Amino acid sequence: MTFVSFSSWLETAPAWVQGLPGGLQNFIFQLFQTFVFADRWKLFANGLKITFIVTIGALALGVIIGLVLAIIRTLYCSYTVNKPPFILKILNAFTETYLTVIRGTPMMVQLLIMGFVIFVPKTELGCIICGIVTLGINSGAYVAEIIRSGLMSIDRGQTEAGRSLGFNYAQTMFYIIIPQAVKNILPALGNEMITLLKDTSLVSVIALRDVTKQAQNIQSLTYNALVPYISLAAIYLVLVVGLTKLLAVFERRLRKSEH
Amino acid sequence: MNTDDIVIKVEGLKKAFGDAEVLKGIDLDIHSGEVVVVIGASGSGKSTFLRCLNCLEDPTGGCIYFDGVDLADVSVDINVHRQNMGMVFQHFNLFPHMTVLRNMTIAPIKLKGLSEKEAADKAYELLKRVGLEDRADAYPSQLSGGQKQRIAIVRALAMEPKVMLFDEPTSALDPEMVGEVLDVMKALANDGMTMVVVTHEMGFAREVGDRILFMDDGVIGEQGTPDEIFDNPQSERLKSFLAKVL
Repeated sequence: MTFVSFSSWLETAPAWVQGLPGGLQNFIFQLFQTFVFADRWKLFANGLKITFIVTIGALALGVIIGLVLAIIRTLYCSYTVNKPPFILKILNAFTETYLTVIRGTPMMVQLLIMGFVIFVPKTELGCIICGIVTLGINSGAYVAEIIRSGLMSIDRGQTEAGRSLGFNYAQTMFYIIIPQAVKNILPALGNEMITLLKDTSLVSVIALRDVTKQAQNIQSLTYNALVPYISLAAIYLVLVVGLTKLLAVFERRLRKSEH
Repeated sequence: MNTDDIVIKVEGLKKAFGDAEVLKGIDLDIHSGEVVVVIGASGSGKSTFLRCLNCLEDPTGGCIYFDGVDLADVSVDINVHRQNMGMVFQHFNLFPHMTVLRNMTIAPIKLKGLSEKEAADKAYELLKRVGLEDRADAYPSQLSGGQKQRIAIVRALAMEPKVMLFDEPTSALDPEMVGEVLDVMKALANDGMTMVVVTHEMGFAREVGDRILFMDDGVIGEQGTPDEIFDNPQSERLKSFLAKVL
């Protein structure tokens, strides 16, 4: 059963609903249709699961890609007078191309290309991986620039002090530069996380049933757009506010450890 | 002096930044236990020279032998040799996200494989020498400039280096704090540490230096004992430099 008529619903509705004005009755009916009837809240719940998986996966991938690219760019930029080694030039050229292409094309188009040209996933798992990879690659480009600006905000003397103690480049980065840069990176990275979370709503174009896709499905089942989409907006808003709060707590913790 | 105890041997060292030639060929032997003080006008290349000694700047020509090993050789692991060369910077460069103790122990723990306890014991011993044992748990931002620089010195000493390089260690300090840092350096010199010090503190150079190098326009303009340099300067350049700073 996918459809219930307003009149048959009203007959079975509790008494307090019967006494309400018609407009309100209709609104409650739409809420009923969207969430309660045929356990449709489960559609939202399943959609949220996909949204979370894609967000977290893409975030992890984005940070890894971003960190690698940022280190390449920072290392390249650190050669101010001397000529950088050939391999670094190649890596830097690749990184710059990557940043240009990814930041210069819409996320939607990237999803369409990955979903219908490159990956062409057949299963749901395939679609999820395709979504994670596409969003991760996209996010990585933005994260790279965020991390790069964070790394370059640390005084050169810190690197020199680390190197003069005998640490190699990687150890200096890991023990000395990155822990300090995190504080500068985190606010901007939080923004990127929020953007990424909202951008996952685009994965419906590669047939992933995320929470946005589920709201669309419910709209087509109930011939009613208002309640599913307003609810969808509310869901994203709650998620983003929650994430913002979480980041604020994290940031405060970091500040506390600093003097 | 005999040649057995040469710790650092510099041969024809050159450094250019693009077209600007900063070091134009420097030859120098530094012996064990010697305190070499480098003086000269700003822009004469003294800091660059010091930074070349532990390859913070890559020389564009010449050789630097440390313990008989050519540091410019690409097959040499510079990181190992840097462990034996402590460096103190003008702006301290303490790690602001670590306590004083951690600043001093991280390198010995990570690079020399010391346990936390061994490294901490050693750090406390060094802190006691500079009178800062009660600041072990402080963060660098809670210290005065003079304290920061003393910590920077013992941080370098914690790696038990054979040579200590000082790059204008008192130039960023308030005048009343210069003395406490120089005292630590004097004590270090008296303990027989091999030191190369770039400084504008002529009093220190005269009192502690075994040999003074006067850097002038990318070459060693004049060198000698403090008495020779300060009381009997030969070149006009050195005379006019000393007239300005003394």
